[in-house]
Amino acid sequence: MQTARLAKERLDDLVRLLRERGYRVLGPRVRAGAVMLDEIDSAADLPRGVKSAQEPGSYRLVDSADGRYFDFVNGPESLKRLLFAPEETLWTVTDGEVRFNEAAAEAPPTAVIGARACDIAGMRVQDRTFLAGQYSSHTDPYYAARREKLFLVAVNCTRSAGTCFCASMGTGPRVREAFDLALTELDDCFLVEAGSAAGENVAKQLPLVNAPASDRAAADRAIEGAAKSQVRRLDSDGIYELLFNNLEHPRWDDVASRCLSCANCVMVCPTCFCHKEHDETGLDGAQSAHKRQWDACFTLGHGSVHGARLRPQIRQRYRQWLTHKVASWIPQFGVSGCVGCGRCITWCPTGIDLTEEVAAIRATPGLRG
Amino acid sequence: MARNPYLPMTAEVVERIEEAPDVYTLRVRLRHAAERAAYRFAPGQFNMLYLFGVGEVPISISSDPDEHELVDHTIRAVGRVTEGLVRLGPGARLGLRGPFGTGWPFAVAQGRALLMITGGLGCAPTNSAIEYAIKRRSQYGPITIAHGVKRPQDLIYGARFAAWEKAPDTRVLLSADRPDPNWRGRSGLVTALLDEIDPGLIRDGFTLMCGPEPMMRSVAENLLKRGAALERIYLSLERNMQCALGHCGNCQFGKEFLCKDGPVFPYARVRALLPVGGY
Ligand SMILES: Cc1cc2nc3c(=O)[nH]c(=O)nc-3n(C[C@H](O)[C@H](O)[C@H](O)COP(=O)(O)OP(=O)(O)OC[C@H]3O[C@@H](n4cnc5c(N)ncnc54)[C@H](O)[C@@H]3O)c2cc1C
Ligand code: SF4
Ligand code: SF4
Ligand code: FES
Repeated sequence: MQTARLAKERLDDLVRLLRERGYRVLGPRVRAGAVMLDEIDSAADLPRGVKSAQEPGSYRLVDSADGRYFDFVNGPESLKRLLFAPEETLWTVTDGEVRFNEAAAEAPPTAVIGARACDIAGMRVQDRTFLAGQYSSHTDPYYAARREKLFLVAVNCTRSAGTCFCASMGTGPRVREAFDLALTELDDCFLVEAGSAAGENVAKQLPLVNAPASDRAAADRAIEGAAKSQVRRLDSDGIYELLFNNLEHPRWDDVASRCLSCANCVMVCPTCFCHKEHDETGLDGAQSAHKRQWDACFTLGHGSVHGARLRPQIRQRYRQWLTHKVASWIPQFGVSGCVGCGRCITWCPTGIDLTEEVAAIRATPGLRG
Repeated sequence: MARNPYLPMTAEVVERIEEAPDVYTLRVRLRHAAERAAYRFAPGQFNMLYLFGVGEVPISISSDPDEHELVDHTIRAVGRVTEGLVRLGPGARLGLRGPFGTGWPFAVAQGRALLMITGGLGCAPTNSAIEYAIKRRSQYGPITIAHGVKRPQDLIYGARFAAWEKAPDTRVLLSADRPDPNWRGRSGLVTALLDEIDPGLIRDGFTLMCGPEPMMRSVAENLLKRGAALERIYLSLERNMQCALGHCGNCQFGKEFLCKDGPVFPYARVRALLPVGGY
C-alpha cells in the first residue's frame, strides 16, 4: 500500500473498524496527571492538544492550542504490561493428587493506538527473551498468546521529550518494524502506512486518499526534526568492555548515594523481564495457584539463595541494573536492553540519568573507588 | 504446540534416605509413563522440584544417568520448600520440571585424571559426579577427592567418603579448618590439601569444583600456579532460580544465565567476575 492521507476527523473510523473486528482498543488517555494506555470507545476519548514536559525526575502535562493528538510523546506505560502481565497465574495444582492444570493466559485480542518506535523496539527486545528462537530455547505461552493477538497502530514521533534518546540507540523516532499500521501526524491529516497484511485489510476500509509527495516530505522532515531535537545520547560503542572493566569505578558509589533503590526504573522500562513466582493456596488448602509477578534487581531477594543477600549494597544493585541493561544484554540477546525511551530518567524520583552515568565512566575509565 | 515449559510433571517419592540429620535423598519417579520414557539427564543437571502450596526450588540430580526412571535428589533442609520436601515419604507426590542446565564435561575429560575439590556442607553436584566417574572407572585416570569443612561435624557424607576411598585408584583427602581431637584428616583450608596431590595429576588432570565461591576461586588460582590448564577447571555456581527457562532473570551472573549457560562453567568463563561482590 502507498502512503495515504487520513483526515483528522476520520480517526474515529479507525477506532470503530478495530472494535468491529473484535479488538478491545487501547489508546492514550489522561489519568492521574499522566498519559496512560487505557481502553477507548471512540477517538473522542483521546487527549488533544496535550504535550508533556519531561526532564530527569519530572513529568508534567501542558495544554497547547494546536489540537494535536500525539504530541505528548510517551507516558510511563509502554506495551510491556499488555504482553508480560505484572501478575498472573501460571498454573493451578490440586492437593493429594498433585495434578497440574495450565492456566489459560488472559489474552483478549487487543489493538493499541499510539505505540511509539521505542515501545515497539522494546517489545522486539522482549520477544528475544520470551519467544523461542536464536536467543531463547523456550516460548513463554502466556506472552506468546497475547503477542499473537496484538494489533499495533504505531505513531511516528514528530516531537521528542526532553528525556528521549532513541535516535542514538537506532530505535526511533521512526517506526521500522512489527507494526500493523503506522500514522504520522501532520497539521491537517495523518499519513497512514500499512506494515502487515492485517494492517492492509483495515486500511482498505478507511477513507484514505493518496498522499502527495509534499506530504511525505513534510512527514520525513518532522520525524527528522524530532530526532535532531534530542539532547541526550548514549554511546554504546564498546560499552560491555567499558563497564565490565570499570566495576570498581567511584561513579558507582556516587550514583548509589542518589539512588533510592525504588525500582521505578525497572517498572517503567519496556524491556526489563525479571519476575518471581509464588503460591497462593485456597483457604481449604485443596488447591494452590502458582503465580508470577514482576521482580526487579533492586529487591534484596533478587538472585539470592539460602537467605544470604547477593547484593546488600545499593551500589551493587544499581550496578547490576545498568551493566545488565546497556552491556551484558548484548551478549545475551544480541541487542542492547535499552531502547532510549527515557522513561527511567523521567520517572526516577531523584532524576538519575543513565546516559550521564555511562558518560561519567567513559570520561574517566580506570578510576577505582 | 510445545509443552508449556512452566508446567511441572507429577512425580512420586519412591524412597527417602537419611544422609545426615537434615539431609535426605528423595528417590522419585514420574507418574506418567510417557513422561518417564522421555526423561533423560546428564550428571551436573538439575530439576525444579515443587512442594504443594509452598513453591519450587532447583535441586541437582544426584543419581546416575543410566538409571533415568528413578531419579535421586539429595536435599538439605534450609528453608520453606526444602524443609517440606525432606519430610515427604514414599507415595507422596511432588512436581518436577527438568532436567535443566549444563552438565559436567565428562565427555571431554575422558582418559584424564580427575580432581574433585569441594568445600562446605556437602555438594550434591560433585557427589553425583564422583559416583559417575567411579562407576566408569576405566574411562578416567586416577581420581582425587579433596574436601574441606569448617568443623568436623560439618562432614555430612562421612560414609560416602569412606566408600569412595576403597574404589580403585581413588584417593580421598579431608581437611577441617577448626579440627577437634578426634579429627583424622588434615587441619587447615582445602587449599592446603593441594600440596598432597601429585603435581603431574594437577597439570594433566581435569578439576571439578563445588562449594563457597571464595573457596573455589582460591583453589582455582592455586591450581593455576601449580601448572593446571585453565580450560580444564570447571565449577558449579548457585543463584536464585525462579523459572529455569532463561525468563526470570534471577540466576544471572553477568552475561551468563546459570539455568541455561550453567550451573557448571569452565572457570575461564567466570574468572573475571567471581571476585566482584554483587554478581
Ligand atoms: C543449580 C542449583 C542446584 C542446587 N542443588 C541443590 C541440591 O542438590 N541440594 C540442595 O539441598 N540444595 C540445592 N540447591 C539449593 C536449593 O535450591 C536452595 O537451598 C533452596 O532453593 C532453598 O529454598 P527453601 O525454600 O527451602 O529455602 P528459603 O525459604 O528460601 O530459605 C533458605 C534459608 O534462607 C533463610 N532466608 C529466607 N529468606 C530470607 C530473607 N529474606 N532474609 C534472610 N534469610 C532468609 C531461611 O531462614 C533459610 O535459612 C541448588 C541450587 C541451585 C541454584
Ligand atoms: S533503560 Fe531507561 S531509557 Fe532505556 S529503555 Fe529502559 S526505561 Fe527506556
Ligand atoms: S536484572 Fe535488572 S535490569 Fe536486568 S531485566 Fe532484571 S530487573 Fe531488568
Ligand atoms: S532461573 Fe529464571 S532466568 Fe535462570
